[in-house]
Amino acid sequence: MQEQISKIREVAVEEINKAMNAKELDEARVKYLGKKGELTAILRGMGSLSPEERPIIGSKVNEVRDELETIIKSREEEFAKQELERKLKEETIDITLPSTKVKRGSKHPLNRIIEEVEDLFVSMGYDVVSGPELETDEYCFERLNLPKGHPARDMQDSFYITSEYLLRTQTSAVQARTMMDNTEKTPIRVICPGKTYRRDDDATHSHQFSQVEGLVVDKNISLADLKGTLEVFVRKMLGENLELRFRPSYFPFTEPSYEVDVSCFKCGGKGCNLCKQTAWIEVLGSGIVHPNVLKMGGYDPEVYSGFAFGTGLDRLAMFKYGITDIRLLYQNDVRFLNQFDRLDR
Amino acid sequence: MKLSTNFVKDYVDIDVDVNTLAEDMTRVGNEYDEAGKLLNASKLIIGEVVECKMHPDSDHLHVCKVNVRSEVLNIVCGAPNVREGLKVIVALDGAVLPGITVKAGGVIEKDDKPRVIKRGMVRGQESNGMLCSMLELGLEHKYADEVDKTGIHELPADAPVGEDPIAYMQMDDAVIDFDLTANRGDLLSILGMAYEIGAIYDKKVKDIDLTHGENSEDINNSFKVEVGTDNCSIFLAREVKNIKIGESPAFIKNRLIASGIRPINNVVDISNYVMLETGQPLHFYDADTLKGKIEVRMAEEGEKLFTLDGKERTLSAEDIVISDGERAIGLAGVMGGLDTEITDNTKNVIIEAAIFDGVKIRKTSQKILRSEASSRFEKGLDPNRTYMAMERASKMLEEYARGEVVGGIAKYDTSDLANREIEISFQKINDVLGMDIAKKDVLDVFRRLAFEVMVNGKKSDFTEAEKDLEKVETIVVSVPRRRGDISIKEDLIEEVGRIYGVDNIVGRLPEMPMKAGSYDKVTRGIRNKMVDLGLNETLSYVLVGEKEAKYFTKDDTELVRLLDPMTEERNTLRHSILPSLLKIYEYNKARSNKDVSVFEIGKAFYKQGEKYGETNKIAALMAGDFYLGVDNKKQVDFYIIKGIVEELLDYLGYSGRYSFVVKEDKMPDEVHPGQSALISVNNDMVGLIGRVHPSLEKDAVYVMEINLDKLLDKKVGKMKYKEISKFPSVKKDLAVVVDKEITSNEIATLIKKAAGSSLAKIDVFDVYTGKGIDENKKSIAYSLTFEKNDRTLTDEEVNDAVAKVIDTLEKKLGAELRK
Repeated sequence: MQEQISKIREVAVEEINKAMNAKELDEARVKYLGKKGELTAILRGMGSLSPEERPIIGSKVNEVRDELETIIKSREEEFAKQELERKLKEETIDITLPSTKVKRGSKHPLNRIIEEVEDLFVSMGYDVVSGPELETDEYCFERLNLPKGHPARDMQDSFYITSEYLLRTQTSAVQARTMMDNTEKTPIRVICPGKTYRRDDDATHSHQFSQVEGLVVDKNISLADLKGTLEVFVRKMLGENLELRFRPSYFPFTEPSYEVDVSCFKCGGKGCNLCKQTAWIEVLGSGIVHPNVLKMGGYDPEVYSGFAFGTGLDRLAMFKYGITDIRLLYQNDVRFLNQFDRLDR
Repeated sequence: MKLSTNFVKDYVDIDVDVNTLAEDMTRVGNEYDEAGKLLNASKLIIGEVVECKMHPDSDHLHVCKVNVRSEVLNIVCGAPNVREGLKVIVALDGAVLPGITVKAGGVIEKDDKPRVIKRGMVRGQESNGMLCSMLELGLEHKYADEVDKTGIHELPADAPVGEDPIAYMQMDDAVIDFDLTANRGDLLSILGMAYEIGAIYDKKVKDIDLTHGENSEDINNSFKVEVGTDNCSIFLAREVKNIKIGESPAFIKNRLIASGIRPINNVVDISNYVMLETGQPLHFYDADTLKGKIEVRMAEEGEKLFTLDGKERTLSAEDIVISDGERAIGLAGVMGGLDTEITDNTKNVIIEAAIFDGVKIRKTSQKILRSEASSRFEKGLDPNRTYMAMERASKMLEEYARGEVVGGIAKYDTSDLANREIEISFQKINDVLGMDIAKKDVLDVFRRLAFEVMVNGKKSDFTEAEKDLEKVETIVVSVPRRRGDISIKEDLIEEVGRIYGVDNIVGRLPEMPMKAGSYDKVTRGIRNKMVDLGLNETLSYVLVGEKEAKYFTKDDTELVRLLDPMTEERNTLRHSILPSLLKIYEYNKARSNKDVSVFEIGKAFYKQGEKYGETNKIAALMAGDFYLGVDNKKQVDFYIIKGIVEELLDYLGYSGRYSFVVKEDKMPDEVHPGQSALISVNNDMVGLIGRVHPSLEKDAVYVMEINLDKLLDKKVGKMKYKEISKFPSVKKDLAVVVDKEITSNEIATLIKKAAGSSLAKIDVFDVYTGKGIDENKKSIAYSLTFEKNDRTLTDEEVNDAVAKVIDTLEKKLGAELRK
């Protein structure tokens, strides 16, 4: 009997080890350890054994069964591991394929510039204001000390809708509105970015363009305040360490008036094609608010003074992003727009 | 204004090169476009052709021997007028000339690069230089005579061989072309320029020579001036008899040329020369064509006049005319009449020196011709100069046309000749400039400008020491009439800033109370949201063509047209941003950019009755791919742009307050009738969404537009935390088969009503048509979420609610539950 058990064990171990997969292993388990298995059959046939033999054979069978179960378990684990490995391998993907997402949007470069200018001035306590683009002659010209027939109206060839309505030629139109709207006549600190229109179209002029206007009115405002403010503005937008030069000029709504040149940020003053070898680039128009403009806005020029400045944002955007043709800003080619899709640190 | 530096040196003693002068003028506010020599040519010499033979191998070239004093040069010349004995301008080997070549038959070739003359061989003949035309030295074509236009320049027989021809011709002038500001009418004169330059370099301006004789007659006995309009403040007339018409002397011609005016004859040239000198335009009449009288009046409507360019003009009541008492003989300040102009036979001249209203002249000149004269009237003139110009012209006619000046002036004068006196305090000057300029330095500025100053009520001789000025707070500045741009204190402050210089101002920030600045956060938020959603922001022109101006709108507003458009493509203001975006789509499509998802925030315009208005709008256009990735690519459709609109409205706080409604009669013609809707917020139509009508754009292009003014007017509460239910929610799915025409919105509305307040959420998760469903039916599946904030719902309650829903859908829509 013992011999028979040893034989079963030997064959069973061999068969278990030979099993190629979980199914064959299970078949072997059933064959030897199942209810009708060979080892189970021996236990069942123990009734015919003598009382002395029974415990010996019983323990021998149990010993072999434990051994077989251990081997089967280890082989099972082996198969499970193989299966997992196979599955993982099967699930492997090409991680270099493109990701899934929506298109990335972008802000128009001119609006990026406007937001940058707004943020700077807001941080200095300015309010950002706006006004109509379809403006009246009164606000665009007359309240800015440009009565009808004034020769300086030639400076700005305008798009008129009627004799009274026109597309604003300058954001300065908002100066008068801001002063009029301030019924308490408190100090004013505003900027007004926005679209402006003139009859002009070429590589450096667009009939529609953008300007930002600044206006400060309070007691004791001087040219020095204007210079300090513009230094902050220009250096933030175009580069630290830049120098400003005030060149006397003429605007009907300021007196004195100055055009502001900035030392060339491309060549640093050595002379290059951008500054036309002059080392200076004209960037702003500015001046001390004309007393007539203050008066018409309801501010007593004997008590209040102010400064105003204005600059073209298209040119600023072109400088900043190295755009050489103004028309690119208005063509809206998506290959152009897509370039302004990231944080500009 | 082109400034001849030779001309201005008659009146101010300066010795600076032209570029320095131009830069120094710029620093005081007078910008320039160009500065340089009148004739920009080097290594020229006067020569004499001592031998001239035909070139053996050419039918038009000549081989010349040219004596230039130091040597005799062999030069090949193609000009037809070259001949033995001719005095010529020789460009020597190494000469640099402007890139202009006069070819056979007077053909002019221009090159941007300078032309360098080199010794060489011309068809086998040695040539050691070039004989030049004035055009080849840089003289503008309009100033050249016929000889120079087809051949070489012919110098007078007494021209000194071996000398510099430009100096000999008195054309060694340098010119600055100023781009003057509109207020400085005074700088449209050599004298004005002299005062400006004098202030810069601290030089006194020299007196102008006005001396001339007068005969014993009195013009007032034979000639009358009558002015019948306020638009003429001064009118002076003098007569000069027995003039001899001829050529002007070289200096007059050359200065006119340098100033951009073509010489005609001595008399006409003098009127222009004096205008340049004094800034006062003059008009000369042939005295024998007048009837002893000049009258200034407004034209009669429809009155006719032949101007001296030979054209018949029809005048309006806005034009100032000169009349001889019977008929109009000239348009004041703009153009003279044909009948009374100076001709080669003119013997006696009436000089007119007058000032006409600038605004009227401006209007008339815009219709007829903007001239040197009209631009001076427009900017305002000094009546003292009117007298000065009259005398100067008389003097020059006497000297250069051998005329005889008749005694007396026929005159009408209501003008104010006095200086303007302005009181100003030193404190004010420093307050405005933010500087600390010494009182003495302030006075010095006015001295340099040749303004008189009253200190302590006495005319200053500008020798006060700073300590004498210690107690002086204010001064009175007497501004000469020539400086019409200076009328208030601030103008004087500008003068101090200009001449003293503001380079030393130390910048500072205004001392103002601290406060938070503000900006339009909502517009910025919208822009950021749209960018986050993956759209490109555009910036387009608000001017569009008349045809598309009202695209995508349907209302009773009228077009807003420009009075004077630049092109027909941009003659009207847009009523919607969408036509602009559609153009952007077309632009990109033409460049193979097919995936276009763009938005723009901007203005749209309208006219309603007599009122003009503008509206802030946001618009978007989407076409092509929007989602990216291998399996994720999907062409933009209605639901994608609808999602964009919903995202935006939810972001702005309108969640649950909007819907998309179809109102066929309200839809603009430019959208697809079956794929478009109005956007309603609080039951108010704020916008439009849909596919562009295939007849307008055959590609699948989707658009949306929202009137931001209307939308943002609808108040939104503050963002507040809402309690999350502690009790579990129950989900039930439900699929119903309904008629195809029934909208999801109709079904959802019925479900919400039937399910009651425990229904927290309703989602569509499947729409199916096809196999197993009737042809005109569709299956639509909803996922319903039930939830109560205060307790757990029982199965019974939920089942009850679902049963009610099914019952309602069956009864109201004939829906069938899909098993």
